[in-house]
Amino acid sequence: MGILSKIAGPVVNAEQMRGARMFDVVRVGDERLIGEIIRLRGDTATIQVYEDTSGLKPGEKVETTGKPLSVELGPGLLTSIFDGIQRPLEVIKAESGDFIRRGISTDAIDRKKKWEFVSKVKKGESVKQGDVIGTIKETEIITHKILVPYGVEGTIESIKEGKFTVKDEVATVKASDGKKHEVTLLQNWHVRTPRPVVEKLQPDQPLVTGQRILDFFFPVAKGGTAAIPGPFGSGKTVLAQQLSKWSDAQIVIYVGCGERGNEMAEVLAEFPQLEDPKSKKPLMQRTILVANTSNMPVAAREASVYTGITMAEYYRDMGYDVALMADSTSRWAEAMREVSGRLEEMPGEEGYPAYLARRLAEFYERAGRAVCLGKDKRLGSITIVGAVSPPGGDLSEPVSQNTLRVTKVFWALDASLAHRRHFPSINWLRSYSLYLDSLEEWYGTKIAADWSELRKSAMKLLQKESELQEIVQLVGPDALPERERAVLDVSRMIREDFLQQSAYHEVDTYASLRKQYLMLKIILHFHDKTNSALEGGVPLRKVLELTVREEIARMKEIPEKEYENKMSKMITGIDGQFEKLIKEQV
Amino acid sequence: MAIKEYQTVNQVAGPLLFVEGVEGVGYNEMVIVTLPDGEKKKGQVLETSKGIAVVQLFGTTAGLDTSKTRVRFLGETLRMPVSDDMLGRVFNGLGEPRDKLPPIVGEDKVEIIGSPINPCARQQPRDFIQTGISTIDGMNTLVRGQKLPIFSAAGLPHNDIAVQIARQAKITGKGEEFAVVFAAIGITHEEANFFMRNFERTGALERAVLFLNLADDPSVERLITPKMALTAAEYFAYEKDMQVLVILTDMTNYCEALREISSAREEVPGRRGYPGYMYTDLASIYERAGVIKGKKGTVTQLSILSMPGDDITHPIPDLTGYITEGQIVVSRELHRKGIYPPIDVLPSLSRLMNLGIGKQRTREDHRGVADQLYASYAEGRDLRSLSAVVGEEALMDVDKKYLKFADIFENEFVSQGKEENRDIETTLDLGWKLLSTLPECELKRIKLEYIQKYGKKFMGGS
Repeated sequence: MGILSKIAGPVVNAEQMRGARMFDVVRVGDERLIGEIIRLRGDTATIQVYEDTSGLKPGEKVETTGKPLSVELGPGLLTSIFDGIQRPLEVIKAESGDFIRRGISTDAIDRKKKWEFVSKVKKGESVKQGDVIGTIKETEIITHKILVPYGVEGTIESIKEGKFTVKDEVATVKASDGKKHEVTLLQNWHVRTPRPVVEKLQPDQPLVTGQRILDFFFPVAKGGTAAIPGPFGSGKTVLAQQLSKWSDAQIVIYVGCGERGNEMAEVLAEFPQLEDPKSKKPLMQRTILVANTSNMPVAAREASVYTGITMAEYYRDMGYDVALMADSTSRWAEAMREVSGRLEEMPGEEGYPAYLARRLAEFYERAGRAVCLGKDKRLGSITIVGAVSPPGGDLSEPVSQNTLRVTKVFWALDASLAHRRHFPSINWLRSYSLYLDSLEEWYGTKIAADWSELRKSAMKLLQKESELQEIVQLVGPDALPERERAVLDVSRMIREDFLQQSAYHEVDTYASLRKQYLMLKIILHFHDKTNSALEGGVPLRKVLELTVREEIARMKEIPEKEYENKMSKMITGIDGQFEKLIKEQV
Repeated sequence: MAIKEYQTVNQVAGPLLFVEGVEGVGYNEMVIVTLPDGEKKKGQVLETSKGIAVVQLFGTTAGLDTSKTRVRFLGETLRMPVSDDMLGRVFNGLGEPRDKLPPIVGEDKVEIIGSPINPCARQQPRDFIQTGISTIDGMNTLVRGQKLPIFSAAGLPHNDIAVQIARQAKITGKGEEFAVVFAAIGITHEEANFFMRNFERTGALERAVLFLNLADDPSVERLITPKMALTAAEYFAYEKDMQVLVILTDMTNYCEALREISSAREEVPGRRGYPGYMYTDLASIYERAGVIKGKKGTVTQLSILSMPGDDITHPIPDLTGYITEGQIVVSRELHRKGIYPPIDVLPSLSRLMNLGIGKQRTREDHRGVADQLYASYAEGRDLRSLSAVVGEEALMDVDKKYLKFADIFENEFVSQGKEENRDIETTLDLGWKLLSTLPECELKRIKLEYIQKYGKKFMGGS
């Protein structure tokens, strides 16, 4: 209907577009490239194109689809790998080979596959939006619930059971005004509109990650938001992957936004081989990957984050706990800046558009633990972990600052820690979690009553260490009294034997909460014993020679099955060795 | 399609031409501009709208006028012919012969703006490349399909390092074919000669393709040169099954050219005047490295960039670091101490290292040894600043050992000859030898069994 009038990079203009609406998806040019209307002026529309625009000419046609950018929602999403605008990459590969050609259009969800649909409602039952009308075993570990679409209400006029494709009608709902609505397994949803819920709840349960520094010191709640800012090379990507693998969310959505191709290949190669620790089935069965590498078109990068969060909301609505990792939101913000620059908008801080803060806040606000629509009052949650890559590691830049304003947890990755191979290189003094108070009760009742006491004493020691380090820098360690050198010793233990955790070590990669608790308990117990030994006149030198220290250093390598037994032995071991020391002294 | 020629240049500004009254001109289309004196120059369409096309000219706009200059639109985006004959040849930044030999008649003409590799088609890189340099092989291992930049600065021997890697990395041993694609982006004649001489001396030239855009060549061409080089590299890798090493030097000049064009177009500037799309633009270059499932050949990228003012937070190294899989940082401090190669391992990183090392690739103790060397050297360096304040005598015994370790690490492990090619066994054993100067209980990063198996023979003696 419209005609291309100007092309300069990924943003193009088209004339004779009167009647087209903001954010409608259009097909541009003879190659029918996918684009989205981002500005209207008179009958001229400005369009961001999701593919390379080389070779487009003024005069080529532009056609609007009349629909905003949407994603397809239905069974078959799990195990898939999509690009930023939900095109399945495997299908594209089959069609266009190893390189992504332009103008390829595919369905996000396989139209041919048949799913076994089990109905959960009867004819004549009255239903509302969000009610479960049936289930599908989407993968071996995830049951997909088919919900009454948003805005539909009435009585079930027909309901089927058996094998269907996603486009087949499985039920009809008759509204009170006599209008009939056919329900299929497939729904569409606009990516820029959040899916509605009944009510958002306070997050009071932790998302257990198995990463000691996160669970113990800086926990994130289910339905919470966390930011991982970090300069490059500080282990951000590995941390995000660890979270995908080990966190106790049922559904994991990993959005690689502006990611490196080879790292995405690593994710794509590794995920299918990973085993879900609980079900012993492939982790991919509960995972969706969105991959938009840095050299794929910039506008699709902008969309990829919305594509991810909309799919997350869909699974939350079924009552699942969803974890969404966006790596990296800085690349997303940069995509916004690039498009904004091409629109010649008045730039805000550092060239970012003035709406950057709003967009970031809107995105993180889509997280949360909520009562979903539907009469069974299901609870679901979306936890967002957003990676930020501040240029030059400088957190005062706009993306980091605006992110910190809306997120509640801050995992400060520190390059200097990474350089000395302290992984995960999260700085324990600069990080914080605002969920500590609301989660205290959960930890106190589920794991151990003194959980938060332990955390506080450990944190105090680390804080003390950093003060002492300053003195040591000036006068050397020998000038410190023995008691304070003992603090240096124990905090080194906390850092090296507790906080450091290797993602590549088969056992150390995951630590259960109970094991974490025992580990820290042992270290602090050792410290208490050291203190009383020092009081008894034992020189610190002797304490530093104890062989049990070796055992403490290797504690993280004890497998989950054995730790309970071994660690209680270690406590007796510590007591024994100290007793001997004190006896010798006397 | 009919080729259209116009004589309607309305405005010339910097390297840009504004041509009026044009019709059906495609974005990124190639043009040939004929100057009033008959000289022909190439250009590319940067913006096209009804009736007006903005053309970026490769070369100087001196001699252009607004009445007689003719502009011909070729109806196609920039393509280059590719063929086997390119090996051993030298081209200019636009892919035209520079060695007075006839132009390449290609089996195929390929668009130089490559399509992105489908992430699903990528094979995870995992083949270890032995560069013979201990700091790289041992601690920042390079693998095939990786893109690893060398962050350097004016006055540092990054060229020597690049040449040494190109020379030593070619030994693959399995009868595979190897090729080097070299793109000089705005470097001086002298530097270009250095590379050519070295390639010639070691016989690498016949397995190499050179694209040279030198400092006095038009800066706009610099935007094309790396794309030419990568197109050639992809051809050799994915069509001819070769192991291709691409050397791009100096990417800083590329970014300067990008900034120049951006400001000529009066775009909204981003950080330090570089355009907001620099990240995407750099990504479209760096991301053209990798391994594709089912193909034997690979493209490995080694780009050199000089950090203005030694500043690693400058937009160029910063954005590069976010795209590439790590970085090798060349340090002025080590260079001043007379250590070659002056690679500072602490800020250096290879993100793909874990994929390329370990049992059956290098040696099972590799990860542990590398981590331990890192940690111990970092400790030693920290203690250096401490001992500067309190004096070495005030340190504890174990700290003195660390201090000494940092010294021998720099002098024996980092330092090596320009012709010295250490294999991985030598590098790892050297690592053990240095680590054996520390008390065994300090070696927490290495599994006990590896200490027994590999380390013991170096210990006890001292």
